[in-house]
Order: sequence, then C-alpha cells, then structure tokens
Amino acid sequence: MSDIQRVPWWRDRRVVPWLVQGAVGLAILVVIALLLGNLVRNLTAAGLLLTWRWLGQPASFDVAESLIPFDASMPYWRVLVVGLVNSLRAIVVGLVGATVLGTAVGMAAFSGNGLLRRLARVYVEVIRNIPLLLQLLFWYFVVFLALPNSTAAFQWPGVVLSKSGLYLAWFAEGFQWQGPTLVNDVWRAPLRLSVEFSALITGLITYTGAFVAEVVRGGIASVPRGQWEAATSLGLHWSATMRTVVLPQALRVIVPGLNSQYISLAKNSALAVAVGYADLYSVSETTLNQTGRALEVFLLLLGAYLLIDLVISVLMNGVNQLVQIRER
Amino acid sequence: MLQLRSPRLQPSRLQPSRLRRPRLRSLLAAAPVVLSLLLASCANDGGGGEGVQSQKMETIRSRGKLVCGVDGKLPGFSFLGPDGTYSGLDADTCRAVAAAILGDPEQVEYRDLNSSERFAALASGEVDMLARNTTMTLSRDAAGGNGIAFAPTTFFDGQGLMVPVASGIKTLKDLAGKPICVESGTTTELNLADRMREQGIAYTPLKFQTGDQTYAAYLGDRCVAVTSDRSQLAAKRSSFPQPDAHILLPVVMSKEPLSPASVNGDPVWADALRWTVYALFQAEELGITQANVAAKVAEAKANTNLADLRRFLGVEGDFGQQLGLPADFVPKAIAAVGNYGEIFERNVGAGSPLKLDRAENRQWKDGGLIYSPPFR
Repeated sequence: MSDIQRVPWWRDRRVVPWLVQGAVGLAILVVIALLLGNLVRNLTAAGLLLTWRWLGQPASFDVAESLIPFDASMPYWRVLVVGLVNSLRAIVVGLVGATVLGTAVGMAAFSGNGLLRRLARVYVEVIRNIPLLLQLLFWYFVVFLALPNSTAAFQWPGVVLSKSGLYLAWFAEGFQWQGPTLVNDVWRAPLRLSVEFSALITGLITYTGAFVAEVVRGGIASVPRGQWEAATSLGLHWSATMRTVVLPQALRVIVPGLNSQYISLAKNSALAVAVGYADLYSVSETTLNQTGRALEVFLLLLGAYLLIDLVISVLMNGVNQLVQIRER
Repeated sequence: MLQLRSPRLQPSRLQPSRLRRPRLRSLLAAAPVVLSLLLASCANDGGGGEGVQSQKMETIRSRGKLVCGVDGKLPGFSFLGPDGTYSGLDADTCRAVAAAILGDPEQVEYRDLNSSERFAALASGEVDMLARNTTMTLSRDAAGGNGIAFAPTTFFDGQGLMVPVASGIKTLKDLAGKPICVESGTTTELNLADRMREQGIAYTPLKFQTGDQTYAAYLGDRCVAVTSDRSQLAAKRSSFPQPDAHILLPVVMSKEPLSPASVNGDPVWADALRWTVYALFQAEELGITQANVAAKVAEAKANTNLADLRRFLGVEGDFGQQLGLPADFVPKAIAAVGNYGEIFERNVGAGSPLKLDRAENRQWKDGGLIYSPPFR
C-alpha cells in the first residue's frame, strides 16, 4: 500500500484520467461555445436571430389532405401539426404493414414450398437493393397514376378506385351508411385514401418489409434445429410449430432488430414530398419558404423526427422486455 | 479500464501508465490543429467588406468564375441544352454579369436549384447570385424575411393556369373540388390559395418539390390544372409531347416580377449586379446591339461631343470604378449577350419556340415597364 502513496500525482492512475477527461471535456465545451457564439454573432448581423412569433401568423396556404380541420387562415403552428399528423398516419400504417408483410415473407423463407421460398428470396433481394426514392417515384408515377380517371374509375359496390384515390363506403354524419358518389367529376366518400398516401405507404411497406423479412428470417434461423424436430416429433403441424414453438423463441432476437427498421421507416417517411403527400417535411418546406425562418423550421423538424424515433425506441424496448425469456 | 483496476493486475500497474503516456502526447500534438481551426473559425466572421471593397466580388475575381443559381430545366429562361451549354434569358443575365465583372461571359458556373433550395443556396454563399425566375416580394426582400437584394426585374410575368383542352375548363370556378398541381416553395402556391379563398372555391393543392415532378403529375392526369408563372407554363408546354393539347386560361392571378438577386449585406455587389442589368435596358434604348457595340465604342472614342454615349460605354468618367467594376463593363456585357431586347427576342420572343409577346416587357417609351435610370 505504501508504494501507492509514493506515486506522484501526474502518474497517479486515479488523478490522470480525471485530468485528461476534464481537459478534453473543457476543450469540447470551448469549441461548442465558440461555434455557438459565432452563430449568434453572424445571425444577429444578418438579423436572423431565433424568433418564434411567426408561428402565430396565418399560414395562408392550403394542404391537400388533413385529418384535423384546417384552412389557409389558420396559423403556421397549426399547419405544422397537420403535417405531423399526416406523417404519423403514414408512419403508423407503414409500421403495421411492414411488420405483417415482413413477418409473412420472413416465415415463407422456411416454408416447405420451394416456390414460396424462392419468391420470398427474390422479393427481399430485389426490393432492398433499389433506392427507396426510386421505388416511391415508381409506385406513384408508373403504377398509381396509371389508374383510370374519375369518370372512368373502377367501381365495385361501396368501393371506387381512380387516379385521385381509393374511395370507400362508411358511416357518414348521423351514422348513415354512405357509398362513394360522383359530384361534378369528383368522387366523394366518407373514407378516402389519396393516391399520394397510397403510393407512399406502398413504397414504405414493401421497402421496409424486405428488411423486416430479413430480421425475422435471422430470428427464426437462430432457433436451434432441435426445437423444430422436437415439435415435429410431437406431431405438430408446420404452422403450429411456427406459432407455438419457433416464433416465441425467435422474438427475442427479432425485436431489437425491428427497432432500427422501424426507426428507418419513420425517417424515410420524409421522402413523402417526392410523391406530393403533405407530410411534416412538405408543409415545413412551404413554411420555410414563406417565412424565411430556415433555422427555426429546421430545429422544429429535427426535434419532431428525433422525438418520433425516440418514442418508437422506448416502445420497442418495452416490447423487448416483454418477449425476453425470463430466466429462473 | 475495468480489467486494469481489478486487483489481479496490480503488480503490472507500471505498464498501463507507460501505455497511457503516448496517448497524452498525441493529444498534445493535436492541440495546435484544434487551435488553428478555432482561430480560422474566428477569422471567418471578421470580414464583411465596407466601401467600394466587396467581399463577394473579391471572391468571384479570385475564383475567376461567377457561380450563378439557375433553374436549368426551363426552356427560354435557363435550359441545359444537348450540347452541354445553358441558354435562356436567365442564363444570359449570368453571362452579362460575368462579362461585366470578369470580362469573359463564359466564366460562369451554373448551379441548378429547385424553388425550395434557391434562397438557402444564396444565403449560404453557395451561389453568388440567382437568375432563376424568382419573383420579387416584400418578405423575400426584407432583412427580417429571406433577406435578398433584388436586381431590376428582367421579366414581368403573371401567374396563370394551364389545363388540357379536352377538360373544357374555362374559369377558376370550374376547378372547384379538383386537384391542382403546384411547385412547393413558390409564390404561385400562395397566390393560388389566396385567389381560391377570395372566391370561396375549395380545391386540392398537390405540391411537388421540383418542376419535373409537378409537370409529370400534371401530364399523368393526376391534376386537372397546373399553375405557375405564365412564361413558365408556356415554356414547359413547348417541351410537352403534344403542346397543342394544353391551353393557358386567360386568368392572370398575380403580378410576378421575375428578378435576379444577390444576398443582403454586400451592397457593392448588389449595385454592380443592378447596374449591369440596367445597362442591358439602357443599351436597347440607345440602340446599341451586340453587332454594333464595337462600332459605337469606336464612335464614342472619336467624337468627344457624344458625352452620354462616352460615359455609358466607359470611354470617359469613372462609373465602372464607382461600382467596383472595370471601366468597360457595359460594352463587355453587351458584346457578350446583346441588349435586353435582343436577349428577349432570342430566348422567349419571336425568335424562340415560346413566341411570347413583349407585352409589359417593352421599353417604357413603347408603353412597357422596362426602364433604366440615367447613367449619370
């Protein structure tokens, strides 16, 4: 013990790390302070210091579709909320769709049917190797815009499909069942999916679905062969084996991998602007151009996407806790 | 670290400290680099040229090239042709400015910008100027808004609507409830909202980030109408597979004075830009053309009584110097692209596929709005 006392402080392992880390920390703080000071100085010189008053001014632009009431006389914060709701709508639908599709394809990779197995492989390899933006533009301009015009729309009882969207019968005001009607060459219906929204979620679901399928496949592959054989020897059918034996064990491998796929999907939803869907990024861009408050709008945007992704992360970590095998 | 602290490794504790020392040294070695970076970042914001010195113009001169933000996909205004050169009214503005400041109209680096990128590109200094059919408005001009310094308007335009002939649409009212394609981040997007609100017409605005996507959606029949500046609609229509199948409605929804622009905060550069554009106007008024500019200079040099002409062409006086430009910036600009009338006719007027009428873009003497203040 006594020789430890004699070590001078500049060689003391309890002191030196603290000193070095303190110095590095201080240096980082100084750099940040300098950069921030620089920013504030230049912004002040350009008259662009952060201000949030514009949020209360009327937006005076319209949004194509909104789940909450909106018109052009409402303030900017309202239009940003409209965009956020539209984004969340695409993200939620996308998450559910990608999970269902991805799980199905991932399980198909273990099917006894060779055709199904190969189809799943081809789907994954084709989709995940093509940029998402390209796929979105393909779905929108090539597939959805090839639908017939309103006047020549596909019509089934309670369902109308045309270039402007999918129209479904549903309960209108006063719980009255109402089908799609054509008014002045424009379809109206209680439930409507625009082609922009459809193209976006189709693109997001097929793209993310391919990645989810790989995660699911990896999870299933991690379950020892013996588990399959044991289940089969008990006389369980393929689907029962999958449902009751393999998937529950695969989930603890799948869930952490899904987390990052879900987060990518949420971030990728910002590509909506390419297919004309009024998501958060799209309305922010118009807001930015009308107000000139680039820094503020981008701070809000960054904050919003960060928040969405953190919420997804927290939820998925919760799910992860649930599916972990309780070790006794 | 955790392992090193474990008592089992106590005897060899001299070794880790010896290992740590080089790390400290490399940290010290990095210090000058960090310091110099800091100093550089401080030096950056110290500038901001006052007087006849312009930081931006110094940058352009030392670079030897003018970086000009254009649309790049708009026939008649700025369009990248199959031979790899840009043509159009906006591109010619860039050329005239390059000729004025650098003496060579070909020293232009064009940067294609979409309507949402343009102001950020200008503000960040990525481009020196914009000649990108940009409408001058209060909020874009104001220091508290986009903070842009506008040069004189080079094209007086108005917002219009294009519809397929087959649709039978004649007025705004016919568009009730229908989808209209519009490029996001433009004044047209706002004007459309304003006009429709005034008339109480509900409609669906479909916004796209680029002109290509906007017109692709329109041609894909997703919208029954597309709205933009009338000149842009005419320009885009000329590149459609069947131009005759589309008509411009007679409604004019707004004033759209399309003007070149530079960033606020460099008044010397803004003035140089402004007066180069005015010189193109003035040249038309004085009957100086690309063909006869050399003869006019010779004439001005020979005859000392032609004081106006001599000052304008930089034979006498110090207009160029006052602007921080060469004395002969006016003849250089005219020799490069011709006067305003020539630029108009060549790119969007009778000599072009667009065949736009001069209309408001005639000289003031002919009842138009093109007017240069005196060169005095």
